[in-house]
Amino acid sequence: MTRRELRRIVVVGASAAGLVAAETLRREGFGGSVTVVGDELHDPYDRPPLSKQILSGAWPSERSQLRSPDDLGALDVQFRLGVAATALNLESHTVALADGHTLGYDGLIIATGVRPRRLQAADGVSGVHVMRSLDDALALRERLGADHRLVVVGAGFLGTEVAATSRALGARVTLVEPAPVPLAPVLGDQVGAVLGEMHRERGVDVRVATSVTEVLSDDGRATGVRLSDGTEVPADDVLVAIGSNPNTEWLEGSGLTLADGVVCDEYSAAATGVYAAGDVARWHNPLFGTEMRIEHRTNAAEQGVAAARNLLHPDAPRPFAPIPYFWSDQYDVKVQAYGYLRGHEEVALVDGDFAEGRFLVAYRRGDRLVGVLSVGMPPKLIHGWRKAIGSASLWHTALGNPLTV
Amino acid sequence: MRVEVDAPKCVTSGQCVMIAPDVFDQDDTGIVEILDEHPAPEKRAAVEEAAAVCPAAAIRLREE
Repeated sequence: MTRRELRRIVVVGASAAGLVAAETLRREGFGGSVTVVGDELHDPYDRPPLSKQILSGAWPSERSQLRSPDDLGALDVQFRLGVAATALNLESHTVALADGHTLGYDGLIIATGVRPRRLQAADGVSGVHVMRSLDDALALRERLGADHRLVVVGAGFLGTEVAATSRALGARVTLVEPAPVPLAPVLGDQVGAVLGEMHRERGVDVRVATSVTEVLSDDGRATGVRLSDGTEVPADDVLVAIGSNPNTEWLEGSGLTLADGVVCDEYSAAATGVYAAGDVARWHNPLFGTEMRIEHRTNAAEQGVAAARNLLHPDAPRPFAPIPYFWSDQYDVKVQAYGYLRGHEEVALVDGDFAEGRFLVAYRRGDRLVGVLSVGMPPKLIHGWRKAIGSASLWHTALGNPLTV
Repeated sequence: MRVEVDAPKCVTSGQCVMIAPDVFDQDDTGIVEILDEHPAPEKRAAVEEAAAVCPAAAIRLREE
């Protein structure tokens, strides 16, 4: 396909990845038109605070805005907010919008993110929440309070953060997780066990190896859940945090390859002149030699930068080869991780002590160090390990003779 | 150019320190500290990058 002169760039998605992509276009000197389309009405806002400062009420919702109104205005970007993109036509170079309008583009960046999976058993029941949007967080915040009974379905990072924030507000929290150990598939059994115990110690009723089979309701309002072990847990509200699905339905039939995300090459390109960034993008990360789709806040911004640059400079593209990073704040404990932990084959304790709840562990895949995770340790400690992951260090070179756990 | 940080927003990721170590540092608890509030023009690209990728949107540049 021949390359077009870039005069009009459309960014679909107005959260971190889309906003940073638009900013990067301007910073790199692009003087044509930039349109950012977002399906939410709010100005671009940040999502990590939703399960923490917004849910707790520590922040007013304006504090989660990613940029001030002045900074947004100075960008010279046209925002089309509150309207979803419904179709992409690669041949006519157009994006169709839900309000009937069509946007022509010469370059396109797709940053439509993900949406929460829902519990089929909860269709049409009020008091069943998810946590993705500002409105979601405000709706649950409205309900939470001392002795309020909350069931959190799914003990991943989102579910455990909501559990921690809700406990701090005095709510009675039950955390339901199908796996025998929370977070174990990604972080390993020992780390998952420590984090699960942290919640038990703070009064969360942690139910593992069981799943929700039914949401109990009275007159259309949730009253509790029934679990696969036969027990019933009463609840005033239920928060469902069982993972996400990429928002790619609008791209079906467009000709782009979709496979749990928009499939991209190592430059974040999905087609000539079409790039993807953030939670929705599945790309080949040459640093780890594998394709990945990363739902981390840091990746959204980093890939937004990379996609915008490569769109503007297709003759000198740079591979997008980040070391994924995520953090989680639960109670007064900070969890931080670098690397690609999924599919690890060994976990080794390299600092601290599990029993004290302060430790740093390393992850091996094949003969390589692929990740590190710290819990309750000084944040700067982990940075030295980032370098070792970034230089594709061999496991034994980086660790000596580690203590496998 | 002046660099401003909203320290209470900082999530201690340290991304800024890795991108612009002459301009940013972290205290013992990981919270961002500014080493150079008025970075030289040749550091602009790095500081802008740090502001762009800060996962807490806690870094801002002001023109003077």
